[in-house]
Order: sequence, then C-alpha cells, then structure tokens
Amino acid sequence: MARRYSMVVAFAALIVAIQLATRFTDSSYHLTQLTMTAYYSLLIVGLCMLIGYAGQISIGHAGFFAIGGYVSAFLTTHNLAPRRGGGFVSLLSKSGALVARPDAFGGDLLHVHPWLACAAAILLTVVIAYVVGGPVLKLKGHYLAMATLGFGIIVYRMALGTEFLGAADGISDVPGFPLLSGLVVTGNSSLRVSNYYLAWGLVILGMVLLLNLIHSRVGRALEAVHGAEDAAGAMGIPTARYKLNTFVLSAVFASLAGVLLTHYNGGIGPSEASVMKSVRYVAIVAIGGMANLWGSLMMSLVLNYLSLRGYFGTFDDTVFGIILLLIMLFAPDGLLRRHILSDLKGLVSPRSAGEEAP
Amino acid sequence: MTILSVRGVSKRFGGLQAVDDLSFDVGRGSIKALIGPNGAGKTTLFNLISGFLKPDRGEIVFGGTAVQDMPSYQVSSRGMVRTFQHIRLFPKMTVLENIMVGRHVHSRAGFLAGMLNLPFTWKEERRIREKGMEILELLGIAAHAQAEAVSLAYGQQRVVEIGRALACEPQLLLLDEPAAGLNMRETSDMGGLIAKIRDMGVTVLLVEHDMSLVMKISDEVVVLSYGQKIAEDRPLAIQKNREVIRVYLGDDQ
Repeated sequence: MARRYSMVVAFAALIVAIQLATRFTDSSYHLTQLTMTAYYSLLIVGLCMLIGYAGQISIGHAGFFAIGGYVSAFLTTHNLAPRRGGGFVSLLSKSGALVARPDAFGGDLLHVHPWLACAAAILLTVVIAYVVGGPVLKLKGHYLAMATLGFGIIVYRMALGTEFLGAADGISDVPGFPLLSGLVVTGNSSLRVSNYYLAWGLVILGMVLLLNLIHSRVGRALEAVHGAEDAAGAMGIPTARYKLNTFVLSAVFASLAGVLLTHYNGGIGPSEASVMKSVRYVAIVAIGGMANLWGSLMMSLVLNYLSLRGYFGTFDDTVFGIILLLIMLFAPDGLLRRHILSDLKGLVSPRSAGEEAP
Repeated sequence: MTILSVRGVSKRFGGLQAVDDLSFDVGRGSIKALIGPNGAGKTTLFNLISGFLKPDRGEIVFGGTAVQDMPSYQVSSRGMVRTFQHIRLFPKMTVLENIMVGRHVHSRAGFLAGMLNLPFTWKEERRIREKGMEILELLGIAAHAQAEAVSLAYGQQRVVEIGRALACEPQLLLLDEPAAGLNMRETSDMGGLIAKIRDMGVTVLLVEHDMSLVMKISDEVVVLSYGQKIAEDRPLAIQKNREVIRVYLGDDQ
C-alpha cells in the first residue's frame, strides 16, 4: 500500500515541478494545454481500467465524453428566461437551481446551475452506459470493438446533426463551473494556475480511487475475469455485472472529463465525439501498457500535450493511428507493461528473472 | 442424505442427444464418480450441473433448491464449485492470488468500498490472505505462494485449481478429470487428496478416465453411455457389470 501511494506523491511532485518550470521559464501559457491534457487524462485512466483490467475494449469513449460535455453545455447556455413564468422553471428558480447572467449581447440569460447540469450529465451517462453496455458487453473481441465503435458514431452523428446542439458549430459561450467558492473551472487566464492544479488534483484523486479498486477484492475479480472468464464465473464472480460496472465507471470518468473540459474551454464541438478521438484514447492506453494505469497516465500527459501544442501538425490523427498500428503489430500487450522492468532484467540475465522471488 | 439430485435431465445439441433423461443422486459426504467411454456425455452433464449449460428438460436440485436455471456464479455461491478438465488458472496472478479469488463469495467489498479503500476492507483482505495461505499449507504448496500460478508444473497447477475451489468452501466439489495429464505418482497423490477432501466433509462428484483411481476412491460409480445411465453401483459391482463391460470392451458377437 505504501508503494501505491508513494507513486501518487511522486506524480504530484512532477505536476508541481512542471508548473514551477513554466513559471521560471516564463512560459505559463503552456499551462492551458496542460490543463486540457489533465481532463483528457481523466478519461484515459478510466478507459485503462476498462481495457487493461476488465479486458473489455471500447472504441466509443469519445461518445461518453461528448455526452457529458454536450449535456452540460446545453443546460448552462439554454436560456430559460422566456419561460420564467412556467411552473417548472419557477420551481427550479426558487430552489436555487438556476443562475442568471448577462449574455454576450447584453441581454439577460437564465440557465441551469453548472452543478445541476453536471449531475444531469453524469446521470444521463450512467443510464446510457447501462443501456448500451448491457447487450454490447456480451460480445467479445472484434465484435465488442465494432459495437462500441458504432455507439461512438451514433453519438457523433447526433451531435453533428442536431440543431439545438449547434450542429457543426457546437455550443459556445459556456460559463465557468464554480466548484467551490474561489475555485472556478474556467479558461480565464487569470485563473490559469489554480485551474491547472484543480485539473491535475482531480486526475490524482481519480488515480487514487482506481488504484484502490485494482488492489481490492473487485480488482482481483476483474483480473480473474480478464484472465479466464469461465473460471471466474465458477468462483462465484458475476462476470457480466462486473464488466458492466467497470464499463459504467469508465463512462463516468469520460463524461466528467467532458463536463469539465467543456467548462474550461467555454464550449464543445462535434469533433470531440469523433471516432478518431476514440481511437486516440485507445492508442494512448495501448502504448501506456494496457493494464498499467501509471503508464497510460504518463503517455496521456506527453502525447496529449504534444498534440494540443500542435507538434504533430496536420498529422495529428495520423500519429495516433500509427501508434495504434505499431503497438498492435509489435507489442500487442502494450508498450509500458507493468512487468517491463523484470522483463528487461530477464533479457540481460535470463537466469535471475524466474519466479525465484522470496 | 442427498445433497445433489439430477432428475430426468436431457440435453440435445443439434442431432446429438448428449444427455438423455438422466437421473441419479449424490449422497452427502460421499465420493461419486461418473465414468463412460468418450462421448458418453460426461462433460456435458458436468456443464449442466454447474450451470454452464441449461438442460432442455429435467431438474437439478442442489441442497433442496432447483438450480438448473441459475447462472454458474449463483450455483457456485450456493456451495457447488467445479474445476475444469483443461486447467483454467488465472494467468499473470500468483498462486496465492488465484486461491484468494476463490474467497470471492465469502467476502463483500464492492466497487465503492474498493475505490474508497474503506477500513472494513483491510480486515477482510487480511482474512482472505490468511485463509488462502491456510489452504496452501493444507495442500502442501505454500512454498509456491508467490510464484506465478501458470509457471508451476502441470500436476501442481491441478492442485492449485482444486485449492482455489476449496477456498470457496464448497459443500459439493465437482472435479472434471482431476487425474488427466498426471503421471502415476501424481495420480496416486491426487487420489489421496480427494479422499482427504471428502474426510473434511466436502462431497465430491468427479468425472474420471483413470479406472484405478475411480475404483480406489469412489463410494459409488455412475456409468454413462450415449447420454444414458447404464449402471449405478459400488465400484466392485460395477467391475462385474456385464453391460458396463460390453460398453467398454465391446460384444463377443
């Protein structure tokens, strides 16, 4: 357990070091992309739990990200002022669930509070994940991949074709998300540092939760399901329910990432739901070592940052496609496997690497 | 007293009647063996009893409850646990971790408790680990606790698989060809282990091809041929049964 949390502390130190480095090199504008990276990383670690530990692939997680983002964006920008007299709206208003603010044209805007919008987004995600995951997770291998891909495409086309979700333009003018007093998720550059720490703090919290889960009875059961599903069932593990719960959990991570990044960016567009985004997430988990939360997180940090800073230029999607291709060809278990150190030792001195552990 | 009762069970795969109106009982505290030539329906019957397959007709009553419509995990959690003809250990997990998975039905930490690392789970995990070590001691493989399970010798993997089933604290243990792939000495050790398990109060139902093992340890034997029961008796009587001899060795004519 000590080792589990010492890695967390080391990672937190890295996050602080990065912030200090940008401060002393006077390049704090990097923090914007690093904050966005944090929210994508939240999705990545959730997906890593699903792919690496429960052994179920999903090429549709951009869909869950988009569901979170769009629900939150719509509810916090849709003007309820014209219906102020209506019974339901006035009830919401009285219970403090609505907030008023001036819109971009000086008019007044009445919309759902971000907390309520966030809760609605997560709730909808949970419902959809259960409804989709129930039948889909009965499939295995390529069939599961294709079914989740189909789900991702459906969400993408719906985002693209729905007028009140802004169609191809998406939704903009999304307000900040006041999480706690003084702590607002917003792209406002004066709050850049606090947002950077807030975002990575949430990632670290998510990591702690998932690391705990991996080392629990449930984690052991998931590893058993992954390794030999029929034998896991014979040990009394409800395999279908465990896979479904992990699917929903990873969908919630994706959706929450979508909610927060949408508030941070001040908007969301259909490209966030695109299939290439889902492929990118799978590629990052794969290069991170599949069943390796830390590997996936580090790869997410590096690759998302490089991508968001535009280092891959017009080859952005190509890079992730190639990564996935190379991993599947040459290291189908992922690159940064958990036992990579002992594997390497085994290469150097084959005799010392066996199971002679004390 | 009967712990398991198979009543008029049938299962058809396309044109093949794999199990045909089969009935027998297993008495509590006994060792019962299912034998029969290849293709007699033994493994199908095992899959039906353990909930991996649903029978077309008939009832499987375990401890007074009809279980034929339950999924396998519910059957196991009721105390009827199986092993596999082809060893199905969990890869990438140590021997101890494999055994610890067997404690699943006797522990309760769920997703939320696991994620929040709630204090009650610490005690539970410690108990799971202790119980796992206890079982390894009992089986004489405690020295391999930290080895990757699938790296052990074949015979030891069999023992680990049985240990994992024992960790569930079953009332009825279903062993699918426990001696398959074992050499003579290992087979004899396996016989000793099965008898020891019975003496611990666990009823055993096994499918086995090794006749010397079956005849030595079984209290009763059921013989299957083409999905039907052709004999059910004590081992000595089975050896003299004309129908059984005919099925195994063929007719004079």
